Parts: sequence; structure tokens; C-alpha cells
Amino acid sequence: MTSSKQALARSASSADAAPGSQPGAARRAHGRGTPPPGPGSWRSRLYRWDMKASPYAFISPFFLFFGAFGLVPLLYTAWYSLHNVQLSNLDQQTWVGLDNYQNLMSSDFFWNALQNTFTIGVISTVPQLIMAIGIAHLLNYKLRGSTVWRVVMLTPYATSVAAATLVFVLLYSWDGGMINWLLGFVGVDPINWRESTWGSQFAVSSIVIWRWTGYNALIYLAAMQAIPADLYESAALDGAGRWQQFRHVTIPMLRPTILFTVVVSTIGATQLFGEPLLFGGVSGSKGGSGHDYQTLGLYMYDQGWIIGNLGKASAIAWTMFLILLIVAAINLLITRRLRKSQ
Amino acid sequence: MRTSTRGSRRLMALAAVAALTTGLLAGCAEDSDDGSSNSDGGSGGGKTTLTIGTFGVFGYKQAGLYDEYMKINPDITIKENVTTRTDVYWPKTLTRLQAGSGTDDLQAIEIGNVAEAVQTQADKFVDLGKEVDKSQWLDWKTAQATTKDGKTIGLGTDIGPMAICYRKDLFEAAGLETDRVKLAEQWKGDWSKYVDVGKEYMKKAPKGTKFVDSASSVYNAALGGEDQRYYDADGNVIWDKSTGVKKAWDASMEVATSNMSAKLKQFDKPWDQAFANAGFATVACPAWMIGYIQEKSGDSGKGKWDVAAAPTAANWGGAFVGVPTASKHQKEAIALAKWLTAPEQQAKVFAKQASFPSTPSAYANLKPQADTTAFFSDAPITQIFSDSAKTIPTQIFGVKDQPINTAISDIGILQVEQKGKTPDQGWDAATKEIKDVLGQ
Repeated sequence: MTSSKQALARSASSADAAPGSQPGAARRAHGRGTPPPGPGSWRSRLYRWDMKASPYAFISPFFLFFGAFGLVPLLYTAWYSLHNVQLSNLDQQTWVGLDNYQNLMSSDFFWNALQNTFTIGVISTVPQLIMAIGIAHLLNYKLRGSTVWRVVMLTPYATSVAAATLVFVLLYSWDGGMINWLLGFVGVDPINWRESTWGSQFAVSSIVIWRWTGYNALIYLAAMQAIPADLYESAALDGAGRWQQFRHVTIPMLRPTILFTVVVSTIGATQLFGEPLLFGGVSGSKGGSGHDYQTLGLYMYDQGWIIGNLGKASAIAWTMFLILLIVAAINLLITRRLRKSQ
Repeated sequence: MRTSTRGSRRLMALAAVAALTTGLLAGCAEDSDDGSSNSDGGSGGGKTTLTIGTFGVFGYKQAGLYDEYMKINPDITIKENVTTRTDVYWPKTLTRLQAGSGTDDLQAIEIGNVAEAVQTQADKFVDLGKEVDKSQWLDWKTAQATTKDGKTIGLGTDIGPMAICYRKDLFEAAGLETDRVKLAEQWKGDWSKYVDVGKEYMKKAPKGTKFVDSASSVYNAALGGEDQRYYDADGNVIWDKSTGVKKAWDASMEVATSNMSAKLKQFDKPWDQAFANAGFATVACPAWMIGYIQEKSGDSGKGKWDVAAAPTAANWGGAFVGVPTASKHQKEAIALAKWLTAPEQQAKVFAKQASFPSTPSAYANLKPQADTTAFFSDAPITQIFSDSAKTIPTQIFGVKDQPINTAISDIGILQVEQKGKTPDQGWDAATKEIKDVLGQ
């Protein structure tokens, strides 16, 4: 373990040093024809300029697109959020300062949406990732027809949100839905899955879990296959059983991957939108009659496109952005902690 | 423990295939409208392409009107851009209107949005009032699309005169009157009489059935017969003082607090299913719902449904067609709008889709489809709806009509109906929601 790390570090540092310490060698190595004749000539200047600017030119498309479709809208949204802008009258924008944000802070619906986003996020992400690790572990065994199992795992991810949600709406319909029908066999009264707080949040989470578990399992599986076999062999020699191998070899080796999936899932959970919107049916943007599963995304959509208050919707968008930054910061802290403890 | 390298390579290929499939599926799932479709207009062998933006099922295509028009006018090609959901269609249309680009040559406007269009977007639409004889339409229909200074931004398409559709077989099983005329007599004049019939029904209701689909359908039907809605003639919000709202709310609360509602949400999948499974015995049915019931009930409902006059003459729904000034082919678009909304064409849409004309001169010779009449036990559908249409009160709509209506029916009423809240609590919830809508 240590040795491979050192080797990695060495190769990295030599790569860093190469262009600076051995300019000639590096140039030759790049294979750009004969080196220029003198240091001050026109050709050498052009060559040096090419060396410096080309990489930027190559990566520029991303940044140009990001600027046009990411940064500008982001800043424009910030500008909108400080104005009173109505969907029916986009040209007339009146400056209101931080009113929209103040309005949000005193709005019950906003806090409710924030809380829903959090609870639905937790009850969908946690079981999803735990199940994904378990499934990946099973798929990692030598299995007959392993490809089939992997395809099956990934199928839910490949279906569209709309199609999946519509099926779940039918399953969860309170009168004549399959789930209440099954519950009826064990003597449980029908649950109104759409108009009860926990029922609806559970239902929405189950759609998320169903769609994303296989996806995460595949990521874990890929990471598990990268774990050197000799680790398991030596563990087995030390007398570790399957479960102990899983706990003491697989999980520690998966730690960076787990962190990655946690971050991705958290971001996904914060932006949860399609599933609750479609689950709610005709007036889905309200998240049920009691706003039971109105997430921040839905609240923003409702304010902006249903009610038509784009200024406030922009303020919600920016608040969501700030929340994501906080999440990212917390994650960074944890990652550092973990790295130190290793 | 570890699978072979071949396995992992296969895994990667698999992942790639999966990623591609997802992309393809996502592509399929997107709305099929593109909005930029009039870019090719004017070119292409001297042909003019006109686009029309609609929501839901408008019935023009189904009734073959586009084909017919293209046959009469060989130099015109018509393309319909359909957005299924109104709540997606309207915001999109609003932004395009204001951007002055990307609109279709004809743009449909729903009745709940028409006041907003009239009050905020009038300068983005061509004045169609000058192009037609306005007396062809029902007065209140044209008035809804006309600004204070007399500009008519849209021509009326269909309206939603009200009736009650009921399952004759279930009524018989519950020992109730099944004759449509006598039944209409029983609840005539007041929605609370309709609720009384519901109480009778529930006493001997066939197992697994309810009297009505939802409390909010009763609310919407009852409100459609009141002249006062959420706004007064000067455009002030009066929803909490409105007598119409109060009456409709009280009627719906009687339903919500009893056991006679199937507690469904209209236009949801389970609602569709309940039509097929005979889950409820009556539904307030505006003319446009006739086709819907027939489609969703399927053959199992044939001859079992019947139509009776509603307690009050009411209107629920309907639409307009306007020509945005951003259209590059205004002359042709105006001609098409006039043709599509003319009485003869409205009658054709009725024949196919049962969307009821807003032009009274069409009423004399409306012909519903033979299988529709058979489906509804040979009820005189045309007669019932025409009678209702002629006595509908003039209703004033306001800028935020749609979101206010959603707040009352999908928040207030639903909380009472499905969460067991008291009517007062439901009203408070709706109040809070409406204050949020109005930014108070």
C-alpha cells in the first residue's frame, strides 16, 4: 500500500518537473519537429506562444459553453432575485433589494419545503446506498449469467422518470392501488399514500430508490473490481471470513467511492423535482394538499411558473445554490478528516 | 471473488450501452413541440407553413379540419404543436409572446388564462374583432377575450356547458330514479339538492361505488353557474367575499364531509381507472368531458351512462384562438383562425369530439356521433347542452384566476376531503395559499 503510494507520488512529481527542469528533452519528447534555431527568432516566439496558448484553446469550448449556459444564467438569476419580476410582464422589473429573500425567510412554505427536501433526501439516499453496496457485493461473486444480473440492475435507471412515476402512482393509488390491496391481506387499513405526510414522502422516496439503487450498485461494483485480489487472499490466509473481508477490506477500500456517491446523491436529493411533481398529478407543483412532499425544486417551480413570481423563484434558486455550497463544504471537511485518519 | 477481466470489459461496454439508452429514452420523453417550426415558413415551393400551438386534445386534427383546410388552400401547410399540460403550455407561451419570437402563428388560450392575456398581453395579439362578425359568438364568450378599449385578442372555440353524467345501472341498483328528465327535476336549481340525491344513493349504494368522483368537481361545476367568481368587474380580487365562491364551497363541503365521494383527483390516472371500473355513479360533466368519459369507460360503460341537466346552467372550461403579432404570416393566420372558429367547423369538432360550439347558430344542426349517443343511452345531448349554454351567466375572470382556483380545489377542498380537516381548517389553508399566490 505505502510503496505503491510512494511510487505514485514519485511519478507525479517527475511529471511536474519535466517541462521546467529539462526543457529540451520535453520539447523533443513532444515531437513537434526540429527545435527552433535561436531563442529570439520569430519562429521560436510563435512556437512558445503555441505551447502556452494551445492548451487553453483546447479547453476553451467547455468554458465558453459554461459561461453562456451556466455562469450568465446564474448571475442573471441573482439579478432577478433582487427584483420584482412577473412572468406576465418580463420587461418591467422593479428593484426590491433583499425583499424576496426576506419574504422567503418568513414563508412557512419555504421552511416546509426545506424540511421536506431534507427528510425525503435522507430516507431515499441512506437506504439506497446501503442497498447498493449490498447488491454490488453480491454481484461481485462469481455468478452464472452475471451480465444479465447487471443489466437488470441498471434497467430502472434507464427508464424515464415520467414512466416510472406514473406506474408508481397507480401502485400507490389509495383506492384500488396494488400496495393497499396487498396491505389489505395482512389486515392493514388502506393508507392514503398521496395525502399523508409520511406516506407520501415514503412513496416519493421509493421511486428515487427504485431508480438509482442499480446505478450506484454498478459504481460500487466497478470500484470493488479494482480492489487487488491479493488483499482478499491475505485476509483469507489470516482467517477472515466473507463478512469480515467485506467489513475490513471492501468497505475501507471503497471509502472514496462511497464519498463520491454520497455527494452525488446529496446533490440529486437537494434538486429532487421530477418524481414528486409527477407523483402529485395535476397540481403536482404544490406537493400534495398539505405541501407534504413539496421540495425546494417544486416550490421554485410553483412560484416561478405556476404563480408567475419569477423574482421570488430566482431567490429560491439562489438559496438552493447556497445550500449546495454548504453541503459541499461539509463534505470537504469530512473528506479531509477521513484522509487524515487513514 | 473477483470476476475476470473479460467480465469487467463487458461491464464497461454494458455501462456505455446503458448510458446511450438513457440518452435516447430521455430524448423520446421530451415534449414533441419545438416552437421554432415556423422558421421554414414561406419557403418550400411557395407554400406557407402555419403552426398552431394547442394544449391537451383540441379536436381540430381529430375532426380532420387541418386536412380539409389544406385541401381548400393548397398553398398552406398546417402544423400543430401540442403541449399536453396546460400548466406547461401557458408559461411557455407567455415567455415567447414577450420575447416576440418562437410563438406559433396561432396560439390557443385557455379560459383560465384569458384574463391574464387580455390584461397583460393584449399588445402582443392581433385584434381579431375587426376581422369577424362578433355577433356570431355568445356575448359573454367574446367579452372574456376583449380588452376594455374593445380589442378582441382571441376567437372563441368551444365552451363547457354543464350537465350531470350518471350511471343508470348504478342508480337502478341503488333504487333511485333513472329517468333523466325526472332526475333533473329532483335537483333543479340548487346543488344541495344534488347532494341530497347523493345521500339517498349512499343508503343503498352498490358495493365499492360512490356517488360522485370528487368534492372539487362539485365545486367547479357549482362555481361555473355563479356570476361572481374571484374578481369583480374592475379587476379587484374579491374571492373571500364572493357569494358565488361561498355557495360553491358550501356545496362541495357537504360532499367532502360525507361518505359520498370517491375522493379522486380529476385527470389523474386513478380517476381514469375509476371510469373503467364504475367507481362512481355521477360526475359533473361539461360538454368536453363527454368524449373523455366515453374513451376512459370503454365498451364496459356503453349504454350504461346517461346525461341529465345540471342543477344550474353553468360553464366550465373552453378556449380561444389568438394570432400573436409575432407571427410572420399574420394574414394567413387570421384567415385560418376565422375558418377554424366558424360555426360550421365548430359543429364538425362537436361531431367528432363533443366540444361544444361557442357560436349559437351552430346549435340547430349539431350531430353527435352515433356511438356517442348510444354510449349515453340515446340522451338528447345536443338539446341538454344548448339549453344550458343559452342561460349561462356572464362570468368575470381575473389575472390569477387559475392559481386561485387551484388553491381552493386542490388545497382547501382536498384537505377536508382526504385529510379529514374541518371545512374551516380547509378554508384557512386555501386562504394562506391564495395570499402566497397574490404575494400578500
